[in-house]
Amino acid sequence: MPDAAGPRATKQQLLSGWGRATRSRAEVVVVSSKDDAHRTVSGAASVLARGLGRSYGDQATNAGGLVADLTGLDRPVGAVSASGRVTVPGGLSLDALLAQIVPQGWFVPVSPGTRYVTVGGAIAADIHGKNHHRDGAFCQHVESLELVIGDGSTLRCSPKENADVFWATAGGMGLTGVVVEARLMLKPIATSKLAVTTTRFVELDPLLEAMVRADAQAPTSVAWVDLMRSRSTRSVLTTGRFAEVAELPDAQQEDPLAYTPSQRVASPTRVPNGLLRSSTVRAFNEAWFRAAPKHRADELQTIARYYHPLDGVKNWNRLYGPQGFLQWQMVVPDNALGTLRTCIAELSAAPTPCFLAVLKRLGAANPAPLSFPLQGWTLAADMPAQARGLAPLLDRLDALVAEAGGRIYLAKDARLSPDMVPIMYPRLDEWRQVRAVVDPNNVFSSDLDRRLRLTC
Amino acid sequence: MRDATGAVQSVLVLGANSDIASAFLAALADQRLSRAVLAVREPSAAADQVLALGELGVDARAVAYDATNVADHDRVLADAGDVDVVVVAFGVLGDPYDLSLSTEAVAELGAVNYVGGVAAAHASARHLVDQGHGSLVVLSSVAGARVRADNAVYGSTKAGLDGFVQGLSDAVHGTGVHVMIVRPGFVASKMTLGMEPAPFATTPDEVAADMVSGLAKGKAVVWSPAVLQAVFAGLKPLPAPLWRRLGR
Repeated sequence: MPDAAGPRATKQQLLSGWGRATRSRAEVVVVSSKDDAHRTVSGAASVLARGLGRSYGDQATNAGGLVADLTGLDRPVGAVSASGRVTVPGGLSLDALLAQIVPQGWFVPVSPGTRYVTVGGAIAADIHGKNHHRDGAFCQHVESLELVIGDGSTLRCSPKENADVFWATAGGMGLTGVVVEARLMLKPIATSKLAVTTTRFVELDPLLEAMVRADAQAPTSVAWVDLMRSRSTRSVLTTGRFAEVAELPDAQQEDPLAYTPSQRVASPTRVPNGLLRSSTVRAFNEAWFRAAPKHRADELQTIARYYHPLDGVKNWNRLYGPQGFLQWQMVVPDNALGTLRTCIAELSAAPTPCFLAVLKRLGAANPAPLSFPLQGWTLAADMPAQARGLAPLLDRLDALVAEAGGRIYLAKDARLSPDMVPIMYPRLDEWRQVRAVVDPNNVFSSDLDRRLRLTC
Repeated sequence: MRDATGAVQSVLVLGANSDIASAFLAALADQRLSRAVLAVREPSAAADQVLALGELGVDARAVAYDATNVADHDRVLADAGDVDVVVVAFGVLGDPYDLSLSTEAVAELGAVNYVGGVAAAHASARHLVDQGHGSLVVLSSVAGARVRADNAVYGSTKAGLDGFVQGLSDAVHGTGVHVMIVRPGFVASKMTLGMEPAPFATTPDEVAADMVSGLAKGKAVVWSPAVLQAVFAGLKPLPAPLWRRLGR
C-alpha cells in the first residue's frame, strides 16, 4: 500500500485527444491503486480520469485542472470464472486483458476498432463494436463496477444496485466519477481465429440490403465505404464469427487459442499538414478497395487483423500532421435511411478528404441516458480538422441527423454545437440529476463538458 | 472551449469598439461564439455592439477598461474568467507625425499603444497559461514593420509591441497557449477616416476573416492582406533615401 500521506507525483502536461486538433494543459497525477484514486479525487477542485487517450476530441482533457492518469491501475486479472466473470482494474487496457484471457478461451464481450483503450474508458464511452446488432454495447456486459465519486468515496453500482448511477456512468464520459474496477462478463471462444466473409459492392443499395441480412446471419459485421467518389458508393462488407477448432489448419489445431498480436510499423513522428489530402486519400481508398476480393467466404483471420486493423500502425493519428483530424460519427434510426443516403452523398460530393468511412448496423439502445447506440445505422468518417468548408458541412449534417432522431457519438465529437446535445440526447436532464447526486460540487469536469455544456 | 475546426466559444476583447474588433466579433458570432466580454473605455458607447451580438445569440456585455490604468488589465481578465481568446485591439493612431506635435501627445500615444499594449498582452498571456488553454491575439500593424516619418510614433509603438509579443510567444511555447500577431495594412475604417488609402488597402471584414482563419490554423503571424508579407520583405532593406521618397 502506498503511504497515505506521501506526495503524489504530478506534472504539468499538454494533453490532446486522438485527433490532436485541440490541446490543453493539466496537472497529471499517475494513479496506480484504488487508494491513489481516492486521494486524487478527495479535495480536488477539478479532476478527470484519463485512460489511453483514444477518444478523438477533448473528452479526456481538463484545462487548468487535474487529470488522473489511470493507466497505472492495471494489475493482471485473476482467474476467469466458469461462467466468464472476471474482475478487472479500471486502467487495464483491452490489449493487456486480451493477452490474459484469449489463451484461456475467453474474449471481450465488445471490442472497438482498437485494443488500446482502457476498461474505464470503454465504460465511460459505452463503446460498441462490430457485434452491437446482436450483443449491445460494452456496459451491457458489465456486471458491476466500483466508482470513486465526487467526495472521494467509493460507490458500488450495477444494473441492480444504484442502477441510476450505473447507467449514468455508462457513456457518462467520466463525469460521474472514476471507474476503478469492473466485473465483466466475457464470451467463450474455441479458437483465436475468425472465419471472415468479405464482399465488395459497387453500389450503395445492395450493400445496405446485405447488411440488413447480415444482422440475422452473422455475429459481427462492418462495412468500409469509399466517400471519395460522388458517382457511386463502393464498399467492402466483412462479416465474421469465431472459428471452431475443426476449421483451423492441422498445425494450428494443437494450439487453437494462440494469440500474438503485434504492431508491424510505426508512423513517422513528424508529418506535415496535408499529407492526407484528397489525392492521397483517393489513392489509398482505391488500393484498399482493389485489395479486397469480390467475394470470399470463411477466410481465417487473426483477432488483430479482423478487429484491430489500424493497431498495426503505431500512432497512425500523426499521419494527419500537426493540425490534426476529427471523426464524425452519427447514428440514425432504421426509418431514416434517407438521411443516411443524404449524409453519404453530401460527404462524397464535398471536397473534404474522407479516409476510411465505416458503416455499421446497430441494435437496440440500452438504459444509459448518454449511451450513443440506437437501432439503426451508424456512419463514421475521419477528416482533416482544417479541411475547407468542414465546419458548415458537418453543422448541416448534424441538423439532418437530429431531425431524423439520430445523434452524434460524444466519444468522437470535437465540434458539435452545444445546442444540439439536448436534442440528440433527450434524456440529458435525467443524466444531470443523477450526476448532481454523486458529484454535487462539480469536481469532475472536462474540456468536452465545458464545450458541450453537459453538466450544466 | 475552442473546437477542432478552430471555432471559439468565448472571447474577451480589450478595445472592443474598433472597427476591426467589431468585425472580428461578428465573424466569431457566425461560428460558435456564445460569450463575449467587450472591454472599452466607456461601456455605454458599446451598447449597440452588445445589442447586435445579443441578436446573434451571443451573451455579450461591456466592461469599463482603461489601457493606461495598470490595475485594469488584471481586473478585466479576472472578471472575464475562462475565455478561449483574448484580443488586444486597442490603439490610437494620433495625428501625422511632425516636430510640431506636443511632447504630451507623443508621450500619450506611447503610453496607450506601447505601455498599455505590453501590459495587456503580458497579463492576458498569464491568464491564459493559468487556465491551461487559449489564444492571445495582438493587433500590430505593418506600420511597425518599417516605421515611416509620417507615423513615426504610431509605427514605433506597434514595432515595440510587435517585438514584445514575438518574445512572449516564445516564452509561452509549450504551455498550450497560442499567441498570434496580426499585421494589417491600411484599413479603411473610422481610425483612418479622411486619409488617403495606401496601396493594398483592406477592410475590417477582410482583416477579421484573416484573423479567424489564422486562429483556426494556429498561425503565429498574420499579415492582412497576405501579400504585405512579401511587400515588406522588399521594403525593409530599401535604402533610406528611396524609403523617404516612398513615404511622402
